[in-house]
Amino acid sequence: MPTTFTLNGKKTTIDADPETPLLWVIRDDLKLTGTKFGCGAALCGACTVHLDGEAVRSCQIQARDVEGRDVTTIEGVTGNVAAAVRAAWIKLDVAQCGYCQSGQVMAAVGLLSQISKPTDQDIDKAMDGNICRCSTYHRIRAAIHEASTTLPG
Amino acid sequence: MVPHPIRAVLPFAIAGIAVALAAMLPVTTPATVAKAETAVVAGDLFKPIADVLRHPRCMNCHPRDDRPRQGDDRHPHLQNIVRGEDNLGFTNARCTACHRDENNKFSGVPGAPNWHLAPASMGWQGLNDSELCTTLKDQDKNGGKDVAALVKHMEDDKLVLWGWAPGGDRLPVSKPHAAFVTELKAWAAGGAPCPTAN
Ligand code: FES
Ligand code: FES
Repeated sequence: MPTTFTLNGKKTTIDADPETPLLWVIRDDLKLTGTKFGCGAALCGACTVHLDGEAVRSCQIQARDVEGRDVTTIEGVTGNVAAAVRAAWIKLDVAQCGYCQSGQVMAAVGLLSQISKPTDQDIDKAMDGNICRCSTYHRIRAAIHEASTTLPG
Repeated sequence: MVPHPIRAVLPFAIAGIAVALAAMLPVTTPATVAKAETAVVAGDLFKPIADVLRHPRCMNCHPRDDRPRQGDDRHPHLQNIVRGEDNLGFTNARCTACHRDENNKFSGVPGAPNWHLAPASMGWQGLNDSELCTTLKDQDKNGGKDVAALVKHMEDDKLVLWGWAPGGDRLPVSKPHAAFVTELKAWAAGGAPCPTAN
């Protein structure tokens, strides 16, 4: 069934079963493989994308949920918050194997877009669902604080 | 033996007389008033309702603290999920980031329309029957619902109804929904009495 939505700023139409997970649409149909599959069960956060600017788990969103809506993946995330996060991630060399990192970055951008000066507690609440097998959590936290210093309060 | 044609209509005639007699009787007799008073004192009318409200399918989303619960053992929601200011979760961890308008048949993640936590004012954990009843009825806490609106909420709301068809290996509320609604309406008709505090 055709579904039309905006993906990374571009109007996109796909022909998929309405129940297809958005993650499969992004990776398999549209070949944007920056968004990762970790669990398929809303447990890891590797598949985090933005739906109308809010972080969601693309393995739980179905194709029919995105009709007429705005989806942003790691390939298309832009703006001053994304730039601050990218710079902080590079400066602190956050990634280890990198598998979880597109989800971590999308979650960090989601957090800083809404709370530009997050406390450690805010970071815990917003990022606990994004798991890192390499345990880069301390660098993720530091990089979020680092990015926040460059953002207006 | 009564002739056949009369035998056929006799039950209807008897039923008709019974209805007519019932219509002539006062709605409440001293006996029914006494019975209702006993029920009010004992909180009998609310007891079966309280039993349903305490089921994990209801209670997990009516915490008094900021942590939704999960599972039949009602453990705190994994991933440090919290209430958030609007009862829809914190940034990045919004209810709808994972819980959509129906159960996800691939992952098993539960879903129903308007998935959200009840406000803290409608937290029920740890309340005894009396507290649960007075909290439920308190319009300052329940979003301005009178008893009729409460009954309707529990009769029709799709998120409430999900508790009877939660899917997966989740235990549904054990009592049939129709029986629960009958009990709710009996409670409402009885003046929605709350059990005494002790
Ligand atoms: S793949 Fe979606 S949360 Fe793990
Ligand atoms: S960097 Fe390896 S899983 Fe996070």
